Amino acid sequence: MSLTHDTDTNRAETLRALPLDAWHRARGGRMVPFAGHAMPVQFEGIIAEHLWTRRNAGLFDVSHMGQLLIAAPGADQTPARLALEALLPADLASLDLGAQRYSLLLDDRGGILDDLMITRWPGGFFLVVNGATRAADVTHIAAHLPAGVTLTERSDHGLLALQGPRAAEALASLGLEPAQPQIVPVERLWFMAAGPYRWNGADLHVSRSGYSGEDGYEIAVPVAAIAAFADALAAHPAVRPVGLGARDSLRLEAGLPLYGHDLTPDIDPVEAGLGFAIARRRRAEGGFPGHAKIVAALAGGPARRRVGLIIDGRLAAREGAMVLAGSTPVGTVTSGGFAPSLGHPIAMALIDAAHAAPGTPLSIDMRGRAIAARVVPMPFVPHRYHRKGVA
Amino acid sequence: MPRYFTRDHEWIEVDGAAARVGITHYAQSQLGDITFVEVPAVGAVLVRGDSASVIDSVKAASDVYAPVGGTVTAINPALEEAPDLVNSAPEGDGWLWDMDLADPTELDDLLDAQAYADLVAAL
Repeated sequence: MSLTHDTDTNRAETLRALPLDAWHRARGGRMVPFAGHAMPVQFEGIIAEHLWTRRNAGLFDVSHMGQLLIAAPGADQTPARLALEALLPADLASLDLGAQRYSLLLDDRGGILDDLMITRWPGGFFLVVNGATRAADVTHIAAHLPAGVTLTERSDHGLLALQGPRAAEALASLGLEPAQPQIVPVERLWFMAAGPYRWNGADLHVSRSGYSGEDGYEIAVPVAAIAAFADALAAHPAVRPVGLGARDSLRLEAGLPLYGHDLTPDIDPVEAGLGFAIARRRRAEGGFPGHAKIVAALAGGPARRRVGLIIDGRLAAREGAMVLAGSTPVGTVTSGGFAPSLGHPIAMALIDAAHAAPGTPLSIDMRGRAIAARVVPMPFVPHRYHRKGVA
Repeated sequence: MPRYFTRDHEWIEVDGAAARVGITHYAQSQLGDITFVEVPAVGAVLVRGDSASVIDSVKAASDVYAPVGGTVTAINPALEEAPDLVNSAPEGDGWLWDMDLADPTELDDLLDAQAYADLVAAL
């Protein structure tokens, strides 16, 4: 049969090992190359890990992602804020201490160079960027910083994500201590809020966020403490380690785009359905790359849209498959696969805006056959974030 | 009954002029969770090396090739409801199709169990 063999990561010398490499292997993690790292694609199996995360709590190692601190000297971070606002469309003036926001690094044409999370810390702005784009992001940002504003990679920290309806219960059981008087216990953080904590002498940074559509946390942990911290989390009966395979199927069901697939430099934020990331003040004031093009797309509507597709039958559509209206090509699948929570295949596609309305019947060319598909609203599986003001 | 293997990780068990075909344990381990199996139609005439079946997993869609030529006489009806049988019992209840052989001498080009085990061990 036509088989894609897992590359033997023991032989691949150019891959970087995660701080938890041995931890994953000891738990049966099947390691594959991803973003320059050897990473676990699965432990017990992708479907089982996916469903476990939707019902309990999955522990993901996302230490391949870049953790960057952009800081100005002294207490006033205005120079750092202005430098970042020249590169991305977020309103960082309205970003309170400990608040986190989703944003985009843009090029001069409004194309997406990366998507990222940004949090205001007392001493600067903390960015979490994708692993595959980390090095390019660092170069790009550093090249645009004025004298005095610094970029520091926190490569002495790993990053773990704990996701699922029992994530709060599991993390709370570890007894993390808020590092400052005004910081609330982790179970009282709202979605997209963050703060510093201490655990067994280690300084952690915890944010209530993630990329599974579930409630959960992302936790930056010093490399020296990360194995002990992962052990403590995994000892909770609700927690199991989960690999990259289920991370991808979870985010696909949640309708969350994956950089390098659903988002690229050839796609602008409006086409990508990420207009919410273009802050109101920034739309009016401009000053970020691609402003004129993006504002025009917001006003006139984009030429293409990122949409969700439900597919007839049980064969999954894969990235690159052509989407047709009748016999006319109208777009391309950007990611697709079997949805374990739904029991059938789903996909995201970038298609001509005229065919993007929910309910539009389309077809996908799969292995030379036209398989019927239909545009549906995303997310495919409802988000269950712990939002402020929602019971 | 003799069982033969292909270098592409299919097996074929032969009983006179009839045979049963499936994929190996190694193949299923590389595919991960199998979500759908498309089997050939009963009566389909296969030429050796044809893509006769598609196995879709959480990782990818993969073709299963006909180990030898012949005519499909039956398909595994259990796979419609339980494609994961190919994960749990690839060399037993997770078989794919039965066929009548067109030319039994085509079996001469296949591997025996020891030769296949050596091939997998070297991967």
